Amino acid sequence: MSDLQSQDYVRRSASTMTPPSARSHEDQVAKLIDVSRCIGCKACQSACMEWNNLRPEIGHFEGSYENPADLGPSVWTLMKFAEYENEQGNLEWLIRKDGCMHCEDPGCLKACPAPGAIVQYANGIVDFISDKCIGCGYCVKGCPFDIPRINKKDHKSYKCTLCSDRVSVGLEPACVKACPTGAIMFGSKTDMKDWAGERIEDLKSRGFDKAGLYDPQEVGGTHVMYVLHHADKPSLYSGLPDKPQISPVVMAWKGVIKPLALIGIALAALSGFFHWVTAGPNEVTDEDEAQGERVLREAESEKSS
Amino acid sequence: MPMTRREFIKFTGLGLAASSLGVLGFGASGVAQAAAVRPFKLTRATETRNTCTYCSVACGILIYSMGDRAKNARSNIIHIEGDPDHPVNRGTLCPKGSALLDIVHAPTRLRTPRYRQPGGTEFKDVSWDFALDRIARLMKEDRDQHFMTKNTAGTTVNRWTSTGMLAASAASSETAYLTWKVVRSLGMVVFDNQARV
Repeated sequence: MSDLQSQDYVRRSASTMTPPSARSHEDQVAKLIDVSRCIGCKACQSACMEWNNLRPEIGHFEGSYENPADLGPSVWTLMKFAEYENEQGNLEWLIRKDGCMHCEDPGCLKACPAPGAIVQYANGIVDFISDKCIGCGYCVKGCPFDIPRINKKDHKSYKCTLCSDRVSVGLEPACVKACPTGAIMFGSKTDMKDWAGERIEDLKSRGFDKAGLYDPQEVGGTHVMYVLHHADKPSLYSGLPDKPQISPVVMAWKGVIKPLALIGIALAALSGFFHWVTAGPNEVTDEDEAQGERVLREAESEKSS
Repeated sequence: MPMTRREFIKFTGLGLAASSLGVLGFGASGVAQAAAVRPFKLTRATETRNTCTYCSVACGILIYSMGDRAKNARSNIIHIEGDPDHPVNRGTLCPKGSALLDIVHAPTRLRTPRYRQPGGTEFKDVSWDFALDRIARLMKEDRDQHFMTKNTAGTTVNRWTSTGMLAASAASSETAYLTWKVVRSLGMVVFDNQARV
């Protein structure tokens, strides 16, 4: 193999090959975003842009603390600010760092038709390999969290890489490192779940009895998890899906119709082959030839007359 | 290329068969290709410790520059992040600190001392020699005129109250010690530091 394999991957878009899986003893990584400790300072946003060399165009004030207004091809993480009035009539400012969740069962990868444009590494990171991206936008449709964005200039899809370049050399992602309040933590998925457990216990002891971990099992769990004070109502946090689901269209197309079509193609080829073996090719008799010649002559004489 | 209808159908059929085989997992479309992460951009970059220029918290930062300081390589700052060994911030930075790279390379950044003459309306770029000479001259004149050796009660005070000094926060303890010594040795009492804010 001439290809350099810099990191083991376990899933690859639009490919039927089996990924190399012998080196399976790799720890899964995870980022834990503790919403209850976040102050919305946007250091993570700055650090993300700085590390990934992203400079979106300077926008306009849209009447909200969100800046820029939405994720984009050059905005891979965005602080979202939601104002919520709780049962006691008090205002709660729910601030959530939005970005790719790095699903264990990624909808974008399932929907992607370009071989190798989306891969999942053994550590759980879902990465877009830009030179193989064809910009079709299926990943946008496939994503249960509405994360990927297509760049209009180069027609490629972009999203958070969980700083796969930093993680592959043993560093934490840029946003994690910058966070001044420790609201973003990074480590093995097991450690992050343990740490989340401690945080949830603490939140519960302080009156947030619905506090919990957001690690939705509908997509097989995620490698970016949230500690929420209102884990029973994730949608309070700027529309975090209560039950994230890969679009049924993608599931039907890639899960049912595509395999059926492949079986159809294979069956057509096989039946053609067996027909050729048993019945043989269509023979043209002398009578057929003569008939053909006669029809042709008649047509020509009609044309000339 | 002249082609009969029969040949055309044969060729298109072959093409269809080949692509169908590809879809079914035979042939080149299933070849494993490397899924390479973006190369780590700091592998041999020069790492320099410094202090963030912004506020009085004085976070430790690591400045990464291109090249290994060889004679023919010009260093250029390519990345700045928090210093994990610094007791103040332990690697973290605020949004402004995280974006320090863009103040280093800002086109509007001040690169030379600027001077506006008394009564003048415009700033103009001047040399460091000019600026330091002028500051020293004005300080000397003011000190000669207003330095007090004794107060009204006759007690020796040796103070100079008509000029003040505002020092930066982004300084090491050693720099702060030297600043203190220089300022106090002149008898200056109006002395503040942004780190006290």
